[in-house]
Amino acid sequence: MKLLEHESKELFRSKGVPVPPSGGVIDSAGKLASALKRAGKAPWVIKAQVLAGGRGKAGGIKLAKNPKEAREAAKAIIGMTLVTPQTGAKGIKVKEVLIETGAKIEREIYFSVVLDRKSAGPMIIASAQGGMEIENLVHSNPDAILKFPVDPTTGLLDFQARKLAFALKLPAERVGEFVKLAKNLVRVFVDYDCSLVEVNPLVLTPKGLVALDGKVVTDDNALFRQPVLAAKKDHEASALEREAKKHDISYIGLDGDIGCMVNGAGLAMGTMDTIALAGGMPANFLDVGGAANEERVTKAFQIILKDPKVKAVLVNIFGGIVKCDMIAAGILAALKKIKLKVPLVVRLQGTNVEAGRELLAKSGVKLISADSLWEAAQKAVAAVKEARN
Amino acid sequence: MSILLNKDSRIVVQGFTGSAGTFHAKQCMAYPGTQIVAGVTPGRGGQTHLDRPVFDTVEDAVRQTRANASLIFVPAPFCADSILEAMDAGINLIITITEGIPVLDMARVKRAIESARRGGRDVRMIGPNCPGVITPGQCKAGIMPAYIHKPGPIGIVSRSGTLTYEAVHQLTQVGLGQSTVIGIGGDPIAGSSHADILGLFESDPETEAVVMIGEIGGAGEEEAAKFAREHMKKPVFGFIAGRTAPPGRRMGHAGAIVEGGSGTHAGKIAALRECGVTVVDNLSEIGATVARSLKKELAA
Repeated sequence: MKLLEHESKELFRSKGVPVPPSGGVIDSAGKLASALKRAGKAPWVIKAQVLAGGRGKAGGIKLAKNPKEAREAAKAIIGMTLVTPQTGAKGIKVKEVLIETGAKIEREIYFSVVLDRKSAGPMIIASAQGGMEIENLVHSNPDAILKFPVDPTTGLLDFQARKLAFALKLPAERVGEFVKLAKNLVRVFVDYDCSLVEVNPLVLTPKGLVALDGKVVTDDNALFRQPVLAAKKDHEASALEREAKKHDISYIGLDGDIGCMVNGAGLAMGTMDTIALAGGMPANFLDVGGAANEERVTKAFQIILKDPKVKAVLVNIFGGIVKCDMIAAGILAALKKIKLKVPLVVRLQGTNVEAGRELLAKSGVKLISADSLWEAAQKAVAAVKEARN
Repeated sequence: MSILLNKDSRIVVQGFTGSAGTFHAKQCMAYPGTQIVAGVTPGRGGQTHLDRPVFDTVEDAVRQTRANASLIFVPAPFCADSILEAMDAGINLIITITEGIPVLDMARVKRAIESARRGGRDVRMIGPNCPGVITPGQCKAGIMPAYIHKPGPIGIVSRSGTLTYEAVHQLTQVGLGQSTVIGIGGDPIAGSSHADILGLFESDPETEAVVMIGEIGGAGEEEAAKFAREHMKKPVFGFIAGRTAPPGRRMGHAGAIVEGGSGTHAGKIAALRECGVTVVDNLSEIGATVARSLKKELAA
């Protein structure tokens, strides 16, 4: 789950990582005065709270020297549609802004802790050149990027943090402060089960080091032991995706028009790819899971069909633990509850496939059946074309 | 021959008396050749379940039944501990089916395994979040539908469960059986990598070709392709799922996500091709492609 900047900073604060004085988050300019008061003295920074980088250049972050400027900034940002290289052309609507006091920046550093698959643990990535996109730096100046693997059991050790401080060419009198901050950021990563903790930039100010921005991604698998995180809303997921999750269905909405229901994440991706190969576009990723039952199949149908773009549905099930006859019964039960107005292509294979096919055939329900996935994908694409003509 | 599992494997099931453990242990026992010798559920030691003795600890199970492989169904919050317990009891093949283990738990487990391997112990973990391992005709330790498999010369290694079944089914349909089929799982940190398994297949005299099934995210497939180019004589076929997956969104598996431009479908396909791996673009063509290519090789 991706956290917003203000949520990330809340975690930072709880582990002793210094962040700018905050006036909190507001969703209308009317609440600005009290937020400014809470934040402290001008200048203030008004920051759009969306899950996308590149906010500054797109007009989502503004500096205000007085209350009038702050008001104009808040009015301009709240409600705007922010388009950055990370949002796509459609952009993201800004609902809230964070109010903070501005910092006197002497130097900017890039600092992050990521989950590194190769070393199988957390890894610090840092650069003396902060503020810019780290992806660009990887290409333009890879030597400027420092990488330090960390043992999650011990956390960052003092000497490791010191090494990092010297490599970042911090002035000697700032090293002690940096060691403390770096260790605490690793604590944020480990204690909250994160897969990413990014501070870009981490700034040197006359008053000390400050995490000026914050981006955190947490591990969904660990939510059972992270009550603070489990209580948060998943801002990235659409309403439909959240609804699916409640029923243990893994669903992600896409741009195409062929709805898919598949068991298994890999096969679900493979089904999407096969639809594309056949000349169509998938409307969603959907994994009904290994423990799918009739009820869940019905729910999956309802979710797929709530997307108005869907012009055909392709069901691809390879029965293992999940039995094809159960899926067939689920499809029939779902069709009793939902009026299906688009063509349905079904491909069943695996455990109890004959019983499943027989159930569907006997039911008299109008559907297009297919033996292989390739055949199913071609039939779904053809059905969509036919519906258009 | 085969890799990892054969008719001499003696399997202990951890999480034996739970619903998943019970259901799948029964299925494994029904597969001819498979020896499930014990189960472990703390607090239920001394009981009998599915006609097999239940022990409180893996250590007891190993001492009394000479178990040499473990199949784990323990729920995610407690699973890392169970893996470490199996290691501590001297088990050298640990197959973990459990889905949803926190990634930092796996980071700690992986460190323990690697340190044991550096010390000279040949311990291997398969999974987590995987269908397990099957050596057709000899032994099944996992949750895959057994009947689609048949013994033969093709090794399969995969990050995805049902995608593996799809490949196995197609191969069996074209008359190509499998030496061993291994699901390494869809998590960002896994016990074994594609490259680890390719190495085992290369040294197995009964495996003639390998099918490697990957997906977006990470660099496991790229590393495996490099391994194949440098260390393998046997042909390798590759399929990568996720061509149409948008970057930054996690596609079901915790490991299937394109991050910061790395782990993309295009990058993986290019790496596979560059290293001489035969890439299959159409998922439905895996069986036919392998059959065609092996026939050509025999003719040559």
